[in-house]
Amino acid sequence: MKKYLPWILCAAFAAWFLSTLPAPGDKGLAWGGLAQVPVVNGGRHQPFESLARNALVQIRDRYSHYDLAEERTVPAVEWLAEVLFDSERASRRKVFRVDHPDLISLLKLPLKNDSKDPALREDGKHYSWGQIVTEENVASLQRESERVAGKDASHQDAFDQAVRKLSSALSLYNALQSTARPRDVRDYGQFLSQFSRSLDSGATLRETLRAKYAGKEIPKDNSDPLLRIGGQVLVGADRESETGERSTLKIPLLLPPDGTEDWSRINTRLVGIRGGEPLPRSLLAWAHLGDAFVARDTNRFNAELRDYRDWMQSTFPSELSHANHEVFFNRMAPFYAAMTIYVVALLLALAYWFSFDSWLRESSFALVGLAFAIHTVGLIYRMVLQGRPPVTNLYSSAIFIGWGAIVLGMVLERFWRNAIGLVVGSFLGFVTLVIAHNLALDGDTMEMMRAVLDTNFWLATHVVIVTLGYASTYVAGFLAIVYVVRGVFTKGLDLATRRAMARMVYGIICFATLFSFTGTVLGGIWADQSWGRFWGWDAKENGALIIVLWNALILHARWGGLVRERGIMNLAIAGNIVTSWSWFGVNMLGVGLHSYGFLNGAFQTLLYFVLSQLALIALGCLPLKWWRSFGEHSTDTIAPNAPTAGKPPLRPVRSVA
Amino acid sequence: MSTPVSPPPLVVPPAAGPVPVAGSAESRPLWKLILSPLSSLRLTVILLTFSVLVVFFGTLAQTDDGLYLAQNRYFRSWFSTWSPITEGWRWIVIPLPGGYLLGTLLLVNLVAAHATRFKFTWKKSGILLSHLGVVLLLVGQLFTDMLARESRMTFSEGEWRNYSEDFAASELAILSDAPGDQMTEVVAIPEGLLRAGGVVHHDRLPFTVRISQWMPNSEPIFRAPRATNGPPQASSPVSKHFDFLSVAETHKMDEKNIPTVVIELTDNGGKSLGIWALSVWSGEPAMAKSARTSWYKRFNRGDTSGDDSQARMMAGQLYAFLTEAQTVTVNNRAYTLTLRPRRYDQPFTLQLLKTTHEIYRGTDIPKNFQSRVLIDHPARGERREVNIYMNNPLRYGGLTYFQYQMGRDEFFSTPVAHSVLQVVQNPSWLTPYIGCALVAGGLLVQFGIHLVLFVRRRVAP
Repeated sequence: MKKYLPWILCAAFAAWFLSTLPAPGDKGLAWGGLAQVPVVNGGRHQPFESLARNALVQIRDRYSHYDLAEERTVPAVEWLAEVLFDSERASRRKVFRVDHPDLISLLKLPLKNDSKDPALREDGKHYSWGQIVTEENVASLQRESERVAGKDASHQDAFDQAVRKLSSALSLYNALQSTARPRDVRDYGQFLSQFSRSLDSGATLRETLRAKYAGKEIPKDNSDPLLRIGGQVLVGADRESETGERSTLKIPLLLPPDGTEDWSRINTRLVGIRGGEPLPRSLLAWAHLGDAFVARDTNRFNAELRDYRDWMQSTFPSELSHANHEVFFNRMAPFYAAMTIYVVALLLALAYWFSFDSWLRESSFALVGLAFAIHTVGLIYRMVLQGRPPVTNLYSSAIFIGWGAIVLGMVLERFWRNAIGLVVGSFLGFVTLVIAHNLALDGDTMEMMRAVLDTNFWLATHVVIVTLGYASTYVAGFLAIVYVVRGVFTKGLDLATRRAMARMVYGIICFATLFSFTGTVLGGIWADQSWGRFWGWDAKENGALIIVLWNALILHARWGGLVRERGIMNLAIAGNIVTSWSWFGVNMLGVGLHSYGFLNGAFQTLLYFVLSQLALIALGCLPLKWWRSFGEHSTDTIAPNAPTAGKPPLRPVRSVA
Repeated sequence: MSTPVSPPPLVVPPAAGPVPVAGSAESRPLWKLILSPLSSLRLTVILLTFSVLVVFFGTLAQTDDGLYLAQNRYFRSWFSTWSPITEGWRWIVIPLPGGYLLGTLLLVNLVAAHATRFKFTWKKSGILLSHLGVVLLLVGQLFTDMLARESRMTFSEGEWRNYSEDFAASELAILSDAPGDQMTEVVAIPEGLLRAGGVVHHDRLPFTVRISQWMPNSEPIFRAPRATNGPPQASSPVSKHFDFLSVAETHKMDEKNIPTVVIELTDNGGKSLGIWALSVWSGEPAMAKSARTSWYKRFNRGDTSGDDSQARMMAGQLYAFLTEAQTVTVNNRAYTLTLRPRRYDQPFTLQLLKTTHEIYRGTDIPKNFQSRVLIDHPARGERREVNIYMNNPLRYGGLTYFQYQMGRDEFFSTPVAHSVLQVVQNPSWLTPYIGCALVAGGLLVQFGIHLVLFVRRRVAP
């Protein structure tokens, strides 16, 4: 039976993963269909669902919303439909996450309340637009935001950051609210037909207004529908304009290029319409969809949606198919699945060290293989969707570091079969995917590349290689941690294991040196190509340089016999600090051309990580008699000049024990 | 550390090869004796450790000092010290070796190691190759430091330039029409002399220049007709309308110092010809234009009528005051004085034909910046158009032109686009390319040999 356990486990997890792939059927409104409708935001084509998920995650830190009053989970697509079409209903959804107690009390928001009446329940963390946006609160938020804006980013405290986060969430929500129709219009179909009727034949809105009111007194009583509707359209178009004062409001583009050169926003499109001209197909579709949604007319909504999708299919097949693929990718959530399986594999591999029952190691290997396959599928799927090499931002660097660590871990495991490669690989795979998951909370992870970064050649070479350098330095560091922890706390670190681990660490550090050096210098060459400076002592460059120097230092110290087995292990653990500094630390400095993300919240995490590594190094420095693996035999231990990896030192070695 | 039962021997002979016996040192040549302490791997490790520290502290210092200052202090130096920027912790002073010192020592260490103890075998060929690459990188960086020059070329669409400008250093240029010639004669006093103060003579000038004040960074203050105005700073025309106020120097990446100098000219008889306040605010067209745009915006603020002609006129007037030519006439010859960014002339001209600034649809994320430029080089009979854009520089005449920035002058009702090119002269630009290839190739060979041996050994038993 035990012989088949690895296969059974693997099959079970594979089945679990595959079961999430088919699209769930829609019972009422066709959310699945709406999810696939293509829109443009942040400069890229994406499905409606991605717009919804990335917006909700910035506001609520989650990809869906659990509604306390309705006692159900509201998917992102449904939430965004409410925001776009029915602002009244949307303004009651408690989606804004507010954590800081001072901010909660400043805005006089209600505390936690487990009322029997679902409508009165509060969780003390999530609040609605209606609760937050009162006249008084707007004034206080405005005041606080202005104060924070005047502060240097490195001096902002937790409260300042909470203010900034809430303000940007509110402004995102505000932009979404005016994406599909003016906020308080319930019947947009009627609004549009009134608009069409009030235009002079062959004239645009502005021309009609000028012809009618040039040099005349404009009536204040709203009696003229041209003024009332036209005014709303002009105000909307002003908001949508990119050059205007309010250009921070990034309103998504819903209308595909039918009759225009490029995608457009609704009011901007309306301003260009001439009297007598039919309204664009896509604009009418969004209007009718919204009206059916407001009227809760499921049949009409689904029929409108079907029509619009059919029309998209015939007019914009590639955009629609790209959107369908991205929706599939969102549902597949390969990195989440891989993350889960890595944990199970990690636990199995750890269990193997305590029982040495070989099915545990084999199961772990099989699961790591499965998770790795899913991880790889996700990586490639992302690359195809984006048309880019694997690493384009901090988020994808985390995913790729995990991937590289797994490759190295599996190679080590193939050679040594002692579960060490599995433990280190699956641990790093899991942790980097958790980091990626947290980085994704900032919004779209497939954002467009800024001008200087817009080059697949350098992204594919410099970035990929330098990231592999990070991955291998981490693998060496975590192997060293296994050495120290097993040596100090267990009796499992026997001579054979020690020798094996010394070789692993040495080999991986050689790899790390090669990758980090080549990657760093390729970065220099890229810099020389784009601004004529091979080396500018930019913070990110320096971080990478430190990794190279550190790896070179370990190799030279070993060749010179200045350190032996334990010394190399301790230096390799310090390599974790060095790599984390380069990966995250320098981004927190907020200087240099490279710093693509300011992550103050992450600063503490980094600090704790560094402290933990220092503690491990201290552990590694304990006298051998306190190591359980050595115990009272401490004397027969690491022989002088233990042949760590078969290479004679370059010169007579002085013992520095 | 533990105490082993049998103390390990102080010197363990290497596994193979002839062992130098103690006392055989006399047989070694003197140069080896001198070099051998410099060649130790222990020194390598110490130097690498210090390198890590210097790079780390040099990076930290950038937050406060800015990139350029930190670079000069930590990397382009022989010694430095680092202190925290937080109040109350500034008493901590960490002495550090500078980049030059570390680079030199690493180089000496590496060369000494190869000279004294490194014996070439094919198994070590990778090490040799990568060390050669490291030498090339270190030396190349030193050459770059000494020989490379970065400057910028700023021009609006339609304008042409046959020079680039330094973005840090300025010069006091004294221009006059050479008699009987169509050429302009230029005497340029470099910033170093202006900073130093004192008196400057030049054979081609019929007057001496006495530097009374040097402001490394300054701001123009308009002398509104007010009773509170003190006497003007100088007797030059610009001083009727502007005082230049000295402000603190900036080290930030995205800001720049705009100096002003106050000078007095005396003729050869010792008679004063007047006092001039000369500022880069007037002497650099881009700065004067940016001042004009910000005045225009200030005058136009809060105006809802949509009519900005008044603001435009006022800003235009101030601009005219600021850029008025500052001249002095001696012996019937007019000399124009200007403080401007230091210029580097080139034997050809570039004309900016067109700028393209693409953004991703519906965002303000830049997608591409591109300048279309006409190269006109009469001496070579060359006249052709070329595109300079992101990651695609123009290499021409020993110089490299990179697309750096782009902007629009909002002062005009149809904004005029301008482009800034970074101009780099670096004769040693190829060394890192070769150095990188050598190191990467060497490491690949070395670790490849290891890997093959390792796999063979594992397969063998």
